[in-house]
Amino acid sequence: MPTGVPIEIDGLSKHFGGVTAVDDLSFTVQPGRVTGFLGPNGAGKTTTLRVLLGLVRASQGTATFGGQRYRELERPLETVGAALEAASFHPGRTARNHLAISAAAGGVARSRVGEVLDLVGMTPYADRRVGGFSMGMRQRLGLANTLLGDPGVLVLDEPINGLDPEGIRWIRGFLQQLAGEGRTVLVSSHLLSEVQQSVDRVVIIAKGRLVHEGTLAELETDSLPRVVVDSPDRPALAAALEAEGLEFTTGRQGLIVDEPDPARIGHLAFVAGVELHALARQKSALEDSFLNLVGEQGVSADDGGADAPEPTSATKATDTADDAAAEHPSPPDEPEPTDGKGAE
Amino acid sequence: MRFLPAIGAEFAKIFTTRMWWVLALILFVYIGLLAGGLAAFFGWLVANPEESGAGGATAIPPEADLAGLMYSFATSVGYVFPVLLGALAVTSEFRHQTLTPTFLANPHRAVVLWAKFAALFVVGGVVFGVIGWAASIGPAAGALALSDLDPALDDPETWAMVGRGILAMALWAAVGVGLGALVPNQVAAIVIVIAFTQFVEPILRLVATLNDVTAEIGKYLPGAASDALVGASFYSIAAMGSGEILEWWQGGLVLAAIAVATTLIGYFTSWRRDVT
Repeated sequence: MPTGVPIEIDGLSKHFGGVTAVDDLSFTVQPGRVTGFLGPNGAGKTTTLRVLLGLVRASQGTATFGGQRYRELERPLETVGAALEAASFHPGRTARNHLAISAAAGGVARSRVGEVLDLVGMTPYADRRVGGFSMGMRQRLGLANTLLGDPGVLVLDEPINGLDPEGIRWIRGFLQQLAGEGRTVLVSSHLLSEVQQSVDRVVIIAKGRLVHEGTLAELETDSLPRVVVDSPDRPALAAALEAEGLEFTTGRQGLIVDEPDPARIGHLAFVAGVELHALARQKSALEDSFLNLVGEQGVSADDGGADAPEPTSATKATDTADDAAAEHPSPPDEPEPTDGKGAE
Repeated sequence: MRFLPAIGAEFAKIFTTRMWWVLALILFVYIGLLAGGLAAFFGWLVANPEESGAGGATAIPPEADLAGLMYSFATSVGYVFPVLLGALAVTSEFRHQTLTPTFLANPHRAVVLWAKFAALFVVGGVVFGVIGWAASIGPAAGALALSDLDPALDDPETWAMVGRGILAMALWAAVGVGLGALVPNQVAAIVIVIAFTQFVEPILRLVATLNDVTAEIGKYLPGAASDALVGASFYSIAAMGSGEILEWWQGGLVLAAIAVATTLIGYFTSWRRDVT
């Protein structure tokens, strides 16, 4: 059974012309767990993964598998299985032939092709051309490709995109199983809700910078749960809340109160004689917390009442990064690990 | 290192889409009709010299040259097909974003590119060379024999020419790889191949013969080098009196140098770039 090695991103930056896609990013992904790599579209997730896989050159920093760059891996397909977004297949080639080509190039036994097709349930479509495949089928084929070398590390970019509900349930169980076998599993997504049931840890980035690294539980406690309350007489309700010294904002469905306990709000409304027609704990604390983290810096700062170290450090990172970008408007031409082995 | 698996994968890439046999089929039909048709026409002219008009006597090359001329259409006209195959082998990796799985399976990009070069060289010769020359020799030899002209099939020089022609087709496929790496945009690459081979170079070669200095340069044009390598061609006879033609081995070296140089430059300009 292949065991995973940690993925280590260390001080990674990538500039495309004047645009900074990834900005001094550092995090570690440990084996034996499913780690979610989250951030809104354009946050730099795909760029980070492409640097990690040797497809894009880093401007600064390193991204390694147990200390080795992708290009330095002796047998890359047997160490790392990767499926990237924009699943790239020649439309005129069959699923089986795609896998056979990867297997040939990566030195993997041809017999693995049939095995991985079985694993992802693609055997009935194996000899059809990919041009006619649905998004879900392409995702499954991409996943089959990652499993060819039975690798200890899996890097999947938006693997849930385009899957039907049955497929989503299947892949969640599958990823858990792979992590349970001791593999390192990194799954990117722009939707927290998409992965929150299947990941153990999360790495959240926004605008190329790290904003949170830890467990989902930590993320949840970062944002205090709040209560949504509404009354036909909102001014009276607001007055009652103010009398108790509670902070609140006005939302679409009522007043959002910075107080975790609905009972307390219900009681003070009752005492004040204010009629209520809604009183509930805000459900999406996790999603809220996520959106705050990846949203505008201002939102994070407002939110950071008690102890919110992430927004603060993110703000610091902004300043340093902006300075750095100003000093180096064009990316320095970093010497790369030579791939000119054709000369041998 | 890892060169043989890489070549294996490149062969598999060529033969797992329909492009190779579509191009090979067009090559076969086109060259067969051209060589067979012209051989029949010349056969008829020889049988009816009075029909060939005023300067008729000079228009028809001697018999042995005639056979070689007809056969060499395989390369002198058909070379565009291996070039296209080679160029498409590279540009389709960019167009369909298959560079991602390609470089994931083998992150040593130079190895991948030279493996492609080698695989296309072999397919250009063994598949396109053999099919092209079979397409020209079969119908043309038949038509010549029917007109009581010598098909020269028992002449070892004919078969030496066939061998050089197949080598030329192999080299042209490799030139296509270099061109595809230089111009990764598939549409642009196809337009360049068609425009250069069918239009620009024939004109350049004709214009070059007008002056001694340009004629000296013109013989290094890829098409001229290819004709020199094969040793008989429609153009070398059409460009009467130029006399400026390389030795066959020099022609082969020029073509090989073009293939290697374009591939090397393409490696540094496009192949090493970020794959996003």
